Amino acid sequence: MSDPVRAAALARTIARLTPDYPVKIVHVCGTHEATITEHGLRRFLPEPVEVLEGPGCPVCVTPTRDIDAAVKIARKGAILCTFGDMTRVPGTEMTLAAARADGADVRVVLSAAEAASIARNTNREVVFFGVGFETTTPMTAAILLDDPPENLSVIVSHKLIPPAMAALLDLPDNRISAYLAPGHVSVIIGEEPYTPFPRDYGIPVVIGGFEPLDILYAIALILRQLKDGTPRVENGYPRAVRPEGNRRAQELIEQVFEPTDVVWRGIGSIPNSGLRLRDEFRQFDARARFGVTGEEGEETVPGCRCPDVLTARAVPTDCPLFRTTCTPLNPVGPCMVGVEAACNIWYRYGGRPKL
Amino acid sequence: MSEMDKITAMHGAGGAMMDRLLREHILTEFSARSAGRIGLDALDDGATIELPTEGELVVTTDSHVVKPIFFPGGDIGRLAAAGTLNDLAVMGARPLALTLGLILEEGFPLADLTRIISSIAGVLDEIGVPLIAGDTKVMGKGELDRIAINTTGIGVAAHAVSDSAISPGDVVIVTGTIGDHGMALLACREEFHLETKLESDVAPIWPLVERALAAGGIKAMKDPTRGGLAAVLNEMAGKANVTIEVDEAEIPIRNPVRGIGSLLGISPLTVANEGKAVIVTAPDRADAVLRALRAHPLGKDAAIIGKVTDEYPGKVILGTEVGGRRFLEMPLGDPVPRIC
Ligand code: SF4
Repeated sequence: MSDPVRAAALARTIARLTPDYPVKIVHVCGTHEATITEHGLRRFLPEPVEVLEGPGCPVCVTPTRDIDAAVKIARKGAILCTFGDMTRVPGTEMTLAAARADGADVRVVLSAAEAASIARNTNREVVFFGVGFETTTPMTAAILLDDPPENLSVIVSHKLIPPAMAALLDLPDNRISAYLAPGHVSVIIGEEPYTPFPRDYGIPVVIGGFEPLDILYAIALILRQLKDGTPRVENGYPRAVRPEGNRRAQELIEQVFEPTDVVWRGIGSIPNSGLRLRDEFRQFDARARFGVTGEEGEETVPGCRCPDVLTARAVPTDCPLFRTTCTPLNPVGPCMVGVEAACNIWYRYGGRPKL
Repeated sequence: MSEMDKITAMHGAGGAMMDRLLREHILTEFSARSAGRIGLDALDDGATIELPTEGELVVTTDSHVVKPIFFPGGDIGRLAAAGTLNDLAVMGARPLALTLGLILEEGFPLADLTRIISSIAGVLDEIGVPLIAGDTKVMGKGELDRIAINTTGIGVAAHAVSDSAISPGDVVIVTGTIGDHGMALLACREEFHLETKLESDVAPIWPLVERALAAGGIKAMKDPTRGGLAAVLNEMAGKANVTIEVDEAEIPIRNPVRGIGSLLGISPLTVANEGKAVIVTAPDRADAVLRALRAHPLGKDAAIIGKVTDEYPGKVILGTEVGGRRFLEMPLGDPVPRIC
């Protein structure tokens, strides 16, 4: 999937289809950014074409209030389980890693199922801090449907990608020409949720895979739609994505969760962009169980341009703190923490992604 | 295992117990024990080395801790010996002698120590280097994680090779496949449950480097240990204030190394090698050096991977397999496997 001959052919197609006006393609997926940057793909894009990451990093968009809730619950004596990067995201007072250093029992797990199995083997309260988009949500739902132990509860911080894509388009200065839609989210949700973007905003949406050639191919499809003036949802990753998505996974989500308005760090509240437990599952709500309310935390750090980076209105190098005071070892904003975040990825590959 | 089979505080106390440990379990393992008039057997306060008639003496020291201490393809002993001798080799120095400092945790199994000592002896035998001095200390239970080994190597070079005397036009060579040691260690960590036959490449490379030196035109050498190829290329580019441009497709990497790397989300270019060197040569000698390397079993996969330019001073550029281009950065720290 990284055949240089086919890549060169796609590069020629891209060059041929490139218009003479600026084209801003936005993707919402850390894996896309990692592939583009790691393989140096921006080299194949002619000047007017740029590709930016939007809110593609679940760690980065987790609001401060959710981190704060997790810290509070961990400090009340629960075993707090979450994905590794989450422990390093700054909250109002501290990170989960700092809470752990202070004696709280914070554990890094690879899946929701691992948290459930920890709960089955202890009498203590175990809390799973569930973050992620449509790809990880079914797994959280699955453990709650599979006779969960009573000492298990969940801080639900799962989010939905299509409402965030709509929110970006509603920003007056978005300049977005097209969306490169995320392959693995699309495996779950299929094509239908993207239909409003071509219909209501006239924006092409092409679902793309994660190999270098997949991405170049998807970009070529986008440019062809722009040239032909026929914006629509197009599947550039048919070997993995079915038009209807994964119905079983959709049902899991549907059974356990219902949509609700949530805050995205750096972006603000987006209608129906998050999930909360349905009434039948309320007993697994960790916030209720531990009496932790979601008071508002400070969502931005002074000087940090994460809000612009997360909305694809800036690239990491536009931020004066990038690589100076903000580094992965000493992150100022959440976009430097998550390995799927633009600032972190650009840092690791030298901060000048078009060579 | 009885208490007799374990290291105790008495073994480090300098008395009869220690004497027995040294004589019965350590000294006899080494076939060569002297590099001059006073050698290891004298158990004197120091050892002597007969001075070479010409050239420069080169000295290097390194302390080794590794987890696990026994790993596929080697152990901490082989690593401690080869690591230091390889530091000499990439300075262009023929090794004359090695010293060995052992720090052991109380309770360390004697059988494990014997295995480790015999690995060190094996490396020294492979390239005919004597062990000439040593030291053993025992620390209390819990004060140390089992074992730490320090080795000092003394060598002689006709003209020591630095790691930075390179300029645009020069050619960059690696002496073999990249990432074997680091990936083998990651793969054998129990939490990943990875079944693989992958082995560390840990080996003394002086015999290989000696051939390359004989071919002439070598400007700089470095062994890509911690931080891997990425770190070493960045150090070289930074020190010489030049650009090193390498071609991903030309870098020899074994398939299992690639596979485990992509599984864990760790680039083979950022993990340690323990039996390889990066060699920068003058352009007109590159082919001769490559031929010399490939003629030796340790160098059969040697390859030209790139060149020195001046496009972005201090930076390393990677031409990616698919035809893209990006910076190859200094790795941040020890590679951490991907978590979600
Ligand atoms: S470089 Fe750091 S401070 Fe700047 S936008 Fe990125 S995360 Fe925020």
